[in-house]
Amino acid sequence: MITAGIDMGAKTIKVVILKDGQVVGRSNVFSGFETREAADEAMKAACNQAGVTLADIGKIVATGAGRKDAPYATDDITEVGADAKGIFSIYPSVRTLIDVGAEEGRGIKCSADGKVVDFVVNEKCAAGAGSFTESMARALEVSLEDFGKISMTSDKLIPMNAQCAVFAESEVVSLIHAKTPKADIAKSVHDAIASRIISMVRRIGIEKDVALIGGVAFNVGFVDALKRGLETDVIIPEYPDFVGALGAALSAVEKHG
Amino acid sequence: MSKEKKLYNSKPFDSWKLAKELRANHYREIAESRTDAGKKLLIGGGTESMIGLPAGLGDYVFFGGEPYAASFSAGDPQGAIECMEATESFGLARDLCSYFRNYVGSLLLDRYYFGGPFPKADFYLQTHFCDTHAKWYQLVSEKVGVPYHSTDLLPYRWDETEDGKKQKVEYLTGQLLDAIDWMVKTTGRVYEDELLIQAVKNEFRCTSLWAQCAVLNQNVPAAMDEKSMYSFYILAVLIRHRPEAVRFYEILLDEMKDRVANHIAAVPTERFRLLHDSQPPWYALHIFRYLEKFGVACVGANYEYGLSGGWDYKEGEYLRPAVPPQDRGVPLKTREDACRALAQWWLDYHLLARGIRFSGPGKNNLIVQTIKDWNCDGLMIHLNRGCEGLATGQMEVRLALTEAGIPVMTYEGNVGDPREFDEPRTLARIDAFMESVGLDIIED
Repeated sequence: MITAGIDMGAKTIKVVILKDGQVVGRSNVFSGFETREAADEAMKAACNQAGVTLADIGKIVATGAGRKDAPYATDDITEVGADAKGIFSIYPSVRTLIDVGAEEGRGIKCSADGKVVDFVVNEKCAAGAGSFTESMARALEVSLEDFGKISMTSDKLIPMNAQCAVFAESEVVSLIHAKTPKADIAKSVHDAIASRIISMVRRIGIEKDVALIGGVAFNVGFVDALKRGLETDVIIPEYPDFVGALGAALSAVEKHG
Repeated sequence: MSKEKKLYNSKPFDSWKLAKELRANHYREIAESRTDAGKKLLIGGGTESMIGLPAGLGDYVFFGGEPYAASFSAGDPQGAIECMEATESFGLARDLCSYFRNYVGSLLLDRYYFGGPFPKADFYLQTHFCDTHAKWYQLVSEKVGVPYHSTDLLPYRWDETEDGKKQKVEYLTGQLLDAIDWMVKTTGRVYEDELLIQAVKNEFRCTSLWAQCAVLNQNVPAAMDEKSMYSFYILAVLIRHRPEAVRFYEILLDEMKDRVANHIAAVPTERFRLLHDSQPPWYALHIFRYLEKFGVACVGANYEYGLSGGWDYKEGEYLRPAVPPQDRGVPLKTREDACRALAQWWLDYHLLARGIRFSGPGKNNLIVQTIKDWNCDGLMIHLNRGCEGLATGQMEVRLALTEAGIPVMTYEGNVGDPREFDEPRTLARIDAFMESVGLDIIED
């Protein structure tokens, strides 16, 4: 049986194709303004990789912010549900799942059988999402990849006082004018984001094992800050940005019957 | 996930039309009080205050700010935004109570939601129900240029001592008597104590009757849904001191008893019951209809059940409609009797007033008890940026419930300001919560 999951994220669209329970195809395409075209492109790319055609796929389930607008999908599952299914299939020991994407951060409490027990989402707060790191990297005139790396070279603790991403940007500008090294500023920003996320996730309780998924999981600076803040190790799957799409594809298996 | 569709009989409320009529009449009376034809004393203030106290002055109408602002947000969200912007341009902060901003904006724009110019009161009378209320009508009275009187309100703590209760009752009683003296001096009118006694009796009866209607909603299936309740509870808020409100709740109670006896459900597919917390986003009440697509009945809220008091509560023992003093043989023969009974009624039985001041285990336990008594499967919390009072302790409540194994969902918004509500996100939140409790949409 071949199924697919399509994660219509705020910034990127991810597709996972499963054949008899194994991942045989993946793709990741920028959403842009024309999300349906981007989804089409992502689906075709994943099919090519899997060596299947669209007609071979028995069921497609969508997730993500734009899930209601996903082409080809005949069903959908929320991001929370998809994340829980996805992580359970890879790391069934995870009880606290943290997903930090471009526009949203969420914490999910998972049961031993992979069900969602409780969840929390950052409410109208960009300071707990990937877009904040992007705007901070721009302010420091470094690439997003370097932004995380340079933060690891700092050993300073400069607390960011602003509660809000907008104010934090002003604070970064002030630090730049005060000739604070970029590495120190970068570390401070990552600490601030991690702190927001941790404080949000504490609402549902933090229980091991803890896993991190979403695009921001590639940011080594954020991962380091999160581990320090949680005072525990954090599991990061091999393809952290595809866990939602994987969950949707698994949901398609269940719904296909 | 379950798409199972259990069906109950359902039909609209017969009382709904009367509720709408009474409300419309009230707002018309307010507007007409400023005309030669309908002229009468117009008193402004919050409805969460002693709206019956002026009864001894004779014919008057009380223009309560909070429900007016709610109506505006519900009926004309764009207009409500214009009111908020006017208030913000005036120099008031955006994070203030959205009822206050809506009302003040309405005054500044001289626009009455129900048509015509904004009715300016002859004087303002207020009880410090919350911190915003404490300043609201002071500002308004200064703007309008009329007198203002305020009464301090110190609700009981959840663990109030008997001595503390006595002192607070005496404090409030004294202030009510002072308020009457002030009104007499301000208006030059003669004050008839018998009219006050009747008004407070109506208030006690009204709020007790509404509480009895609320208790009937413990039945499965629930006879009343959240959206219908908003049309019913409001009369106790607006005109609980008037006989027509008492009559309405007698009619509603009869209809509720009939619906319960005949298993008539508000939501015919009811299979999951939610309690709501805080005011709703008035401009987006359709989210409750969205819940119904999952077979979810929102069976009540601490807000509309408790807003005008009338609940007798002993932690761990009971939560029940309060018995009016006139039914308990409490003497109500003098002005002082009436003021003391009113003070006692407010302090003993107004649980919402207590909850907006004091959070912690006391408030948590009340919500847990309400959920159990109303046979609820979960709680839906509106993290309401527009009302700090009702937001007090919400996350503590959330924690207490999740520790008790009761599913809770939260959504962010603002009771009166549509700019702070993200509908797609809220619906996504509902979807995720429904998924987590194993419910799928029954109908699309």
